[in-house]
Amino acid sequence: MKLLMEKSCEGRSLSLLGPCDVPLVQPSRTREQPPRLPQLSETELSRHYSALARRAHGVNDGFYPLGSCTMKYNPAVNEEAAALRGFTAVHPLQPLHTAAGCLEVLAETEERLCAVTGMDAFTFQPAAGAHGEFTGLLLLKAYHTHRGEGAVRNKILVPDSAHGTNPASAAMAGYQVVNLPSGPDGCVDLEALRRAVGPDTAGLMLTNPNTVGLFDKNILEITRIVHEAGGLCYYDGANLNAVMGVARPGDMGFDVVHLNLHKTFSTPHGGGGPGSGPVGCKAFLEAYLPAPRFEKKDGEWREKPCPETIGRVRGFQGNFLVVVRALTYLLMLGREGVPEAARNAVLNANYMKAGLEDLYPMAYPGLCMHEFVMSLEKLKEETGVTALDVAKALLDEGIHPPTMYFPLIVHEALMVEPTETEPKETLDEAVEALRAIYQKAKEDPAYLKACPHHAQIGRPDEVNAARHPVLRYRPEGEQG
Amino acid sequence: MNFPSELQYSKSHEWVRRQGDTAEIGLTDYAQNELGGIVFVNLPQVGDEVTMGEALGDVESVKSVSDVYSPVSGVVSEVNEALLDTPEAINQDPYGAWLVRVEQVTGSEELLSAQEYEEHIRTEQ
Repeated sequence: MKLLMEKSCEGRSLSLLGPCDVPLVQPSRTREQPPRLPQLSETELSRHYSALARRAHGVNDGFYPLGSCTMKYNPAVNEEAAALRGFTAVHPLQPLHTAAGCLEVLAETEERLCAVTGMDAFTFQPAAGAHGEFTGLLLLKAYHTHRGEGAVRNKILVPDSAHGTNPASAAMAGYQVVNLPSGPDGCVDLEALRRAVGPDTAGLMLTNPNTVGLFDKNILEITRIVHEAGGLCYYDGANLNAVMGVARPGDMGFDVVHLNLHKTFSTPHGGGGPGSGPVGCKAFLEAYLPAPRFEKKDGEWREKPCPETIGRVRGFQGNFLVVVRALTYLLMLGREGVPEAARNAVLNANYMKAGLEDLYPMAYPGLCMHEFVMSLEKLKEETGVTALDVAKALLDEGIHPPTMYFPLIVHEALMVEPTETEPKETLDEAVEALRAIYQKAKEDPAYLKACPHHAQIGRPDEVNAARHPVLRYRPEGEQG
Repeated sequence: MNFPSELQYSKSHEWVRRQGDTAEIGLTDYAQNELGGIVFVNLPQVGDEVTMGEALGDVESVKSVSDVYSPVSGVVSEVNEALLDTPEAINQDPYGAWLVRVEQVTGSEELLSAQEYEEHIRTEQ
């Protein structure tokens, strides 16, 4: 497919702008050459983007069981709310009293997220999950620093099943990362945790349910061990979808959480973002939250004094319109709907797992939460067909592949998260497709090795792309 | 898979070529095959101290990032900087693409012979 720059034809243009009705200003420095912009008609431009959309796979196109990404359907009513003029025509620098509606949205969402997580306050500044992790760790750091232990408590404990962003965020925040091995059941090894904590422990980062789709039943003991050592507990909300409205991180003993509104609370992601990674904390950490914060006194909004804040982590109040969508979702589901969504996410995952486990060995037996991890090690041994080949074969079935080769502690892993927004028929079709792929792998491994046979893009050269990334368009002849 | 008999091997899949009190360290054929196409290598600097059993650097493939553990303790005397630009050399020639040379070697973990290492891989699977 050609790029816009390659389709460009001298002299073609779009007439989107009306005549200029303000005086032209001569800039002090003008560029010597006109910017190199593609010249296209509106028809061509429109067709280009439609063609791109056809080549993509979104939740609107088909099943998207990408583990740990919670690719649930984003209700259209969210978009209606986010398109309201009062939200779209507001400027972040206008006086507070003229933006009261937006501040109400933030306050109402904060109240509801506190109710779901068991936290006492939230900031909406972080732009996405990893940014939330970083912000949350800065809260931990501020806490220890104010207690005079900032320099001593320099280690963050991270289980080996964690998302890669956890150790990366801890390193970014200036911490040493201590890797905690998982027990044979895929959960935190309590003895290893007891050995790892000490006077240098700043905190523990944990995802619960964890990345193998299990709820750590020792969670109260885990957070107690960390607290007794003087550390704090950080909840990575990546997998909150399994327990929202049912179990609260605050009640499990966590002090700080980040949520991914773009996963759990049905706002677009995976190319459709932007994301939003609000961070919540218990009352004793609230003073450190990013400024500015606002409060309503005698019916008037005003800025709260925040002398101990860690400062801004992003401009204004983050990706505000994403928060509008999340609030709409929460209001549409209501108090009964939120836990029902979580229960259905767990039910769907277990339904699919039960339909597959006689062919695809599960990494961990028993009931799962919102996702499950299959290990294709045996299939690879017997037929040479790998997790990658099965993922490629799913493309031919119009199904987005599950997460591959993650978590790292499971070999030849495929991690499946159907979400609650899929009907039984879709789950049945996906189970049938995976079962048929398994049979095919046994009979004709070569066919699987050549998959996909019908997708627009087959097997791009990932290694070459990573070694020699082409990050921007270069006209022919121009040197890098 | 190829495991030259003149080299020694660690259980975490590094090879060691000992010459006097220096040691050359690289990744085994098995390691490069498991990792797949290697796209990035992170190495220590000359003069850095390395400790046996601790990470001396890491390698990144399309699949994952993995630590490289030092099988010996000592001081880094040379770093194979060519690998920074051509990490694929590890895939193409794992025993030619050494990562670091370590001198003043003060200790070493219990290393395996080629035969023992092959046995180790079989039982690990």
